[in-house]
Amino acid sequence: MNIRISDASTRSVGRIGIERVSISLGDGADAFEAVRDLHFAIGPGELVCVLGPSGCGKSTLLGALAGHLPVTGGRLTVDGQTVLGPSPDRGIVFQQHTLFPWKRVRDNVAFGPKMRGVGKSERYHAADELLRLVGLEGFEHFYPSQLSGGMQQRVEIARVLINRPRVLLMDEPFGALDAQTRSMMQEVLLEIWTRIPTTTIFVTHDIEEALFLADRVVVMSARPGRVIEDIRLPFGRPRRAELVTEPDFVRLKRRILDLLKQPDSAKSLARLSPLGIR
Amino acid sequence: MTAARTAGQVPRSRWLVRGLSIVACIVLWQLASAQHLSLGFVTFRNVPPPTEVLQSAIVLLKSPKLLAHVGSSLWRVFAGYGAAVLLGIGFGFAIGRSRAASDLLLPPLELLRPIPAVAWIPLSILIFPSSEMSMIFITFIGALFPIILNTVHGVANIDRRLVASARSLGGTPTAILREIVLPGAAPSIVTGLAIGMGTSWFCLVTAEMISGQFGIGYYTWEAYTLQNYADIIVGMLVIGLLGMGSSWLLTTLGQYLMPWRQPAVAR
Repeated sequence: MNIRISDASTRSVGRIGIERVSISLGDGADAFEAVRDLHFAIGPGELVCVLGPSGCGKSTLLGALAGHLPVTGGRLTVDGQTVLGPSPDRGIVFQQHTLFPWKRVRDNVAFGPKMRGVGKSERYHAADELLRLVGLEGFEHFYPSQLSGGMQQRVEIARVLINRPRVLLMDEPFGALDAQTRSMMQEVLLEIWTRIPTTTIFVTHDIEEALFLADRVVVMSARPGRVIEDIRLPFGRPRRAELVTEPDFVRLKRRILDLLKQPDSAKSLARLSPLGIR
Repeated sequence: MTAARTAGQVPRSRWLVRGLSIVACIVLWQLASAQHLSLGFVTFRNVPPPTEVLQSAIVLLKSPKLLAHVGSSLWRVFAGYGAAVLLGIGFGFAIGRSRAASDLLLPPLELLRPIPAVAWIPLSILIFPSSEMSMIFITFIGALFPIILNTVHGVANIDRRLVASARSLGGTPTAILREIVLPGAAPSIVTGLAIGMGTSWFCLVTAEMISGQFGIGYYTWEAYTLQNYADIIVGMLVIGLLGMGSSWLLTTLGQYLMPWRQPAVAR
């Protein structure tokens, strides 16, 4: 385990290449283009938030990066290797938790190492370490249904990070939480991200969330999704809750609001998921 | 947690009412039998009173006949139901997971499904030279369909996000089948097992009444033909107890295998 930690922090892993990517969803007459000709790169260790109206294909892009959806044009790469299918190198966190209800918290987190054939005591040790990191010490023996929404997402993050992925893909992971839990989870995420620096793509439609978390915000148009703006944020780290009231923050928020108000992004569409249409 | 506890604890006064309700039923039965109550369309003239039934029950309990009858019934359920469990879960998994298996296996099963298991009795007597085998077959057929259908339902309705997550965490197809699909389908499978257990007993008792030599269904029917009316009710009670015991066994097994399903495990 420890070898992999030092790997991630010293070598620059987690470079994402999105090269003229188009993705179509649906069959036959119902088929449509979810994203068209997306082209941008993400550097190792960057935290990039993707913003866009509902149904613009931001989750679709995430699903393709995770390897759950095929691209219909172009190429997705991580550290130069083309994405061909799901891999523990590319961890994904969904909006609604996907913890295994029949596994206790510790066994959920230890799932990745178990799949790699790591022995029980070693993988439990690693799982407990991750659970401590996400602030869930003492909850190892709970079943997911016994935890609150915020705690479930912490377990989810721990379960992905135990594999020391090259990239972390998050699909509106805090979208289902109440406002207070949500802002707490944003700070928790930033703290974890500082401890285990991992290239992260964070999809959201909450402008404040994106500005609070990201190094860089990519704004997408309505379907078919294209990049309409790519903003590098001037805010330093660590970020504090007061940031959201600073003039620079407010100015950027207004600018993005204007971008998202443009006529072609006005039509609101059904939400897409990283696994396809539903 | 507190809500679950108060829901689980029924006040003593309610238990008193529940107990009295059963006592009242037995008293009414005793009165109706003793008075040879006849309402025209239904008569208690040939119905033995509970006291007589109790005596017959004690006689049966002391005789070696009980063990022989119950033993052969239990064996038939064990064999027929056991085969249905193995085949039903196996077929259910295949149909739920593979399109080819579904196309191959589902059409004949769908055609046979509407036929009540009891309707198989004459044919199965013709097919199987030994009446033992034919009874086991009926028990098997009775349990098979609910088990297959519930397994298919459980396997096919696994949350695909869970499967996607498992793949993203490095799960191989075999591991996903074992770690995700099996436990995910377990509640539905156990439902199928419980329904199958009920129909299994139902079919067995019917089959024993028609072609049995031993067995608790045969005992009950024999009591009727020999006009030992109290024994009919003893037979019915034993059948009820066996059914209750096997469904208790399944519930317990379900709770043991699926601890995560218990509401509010202590925090």
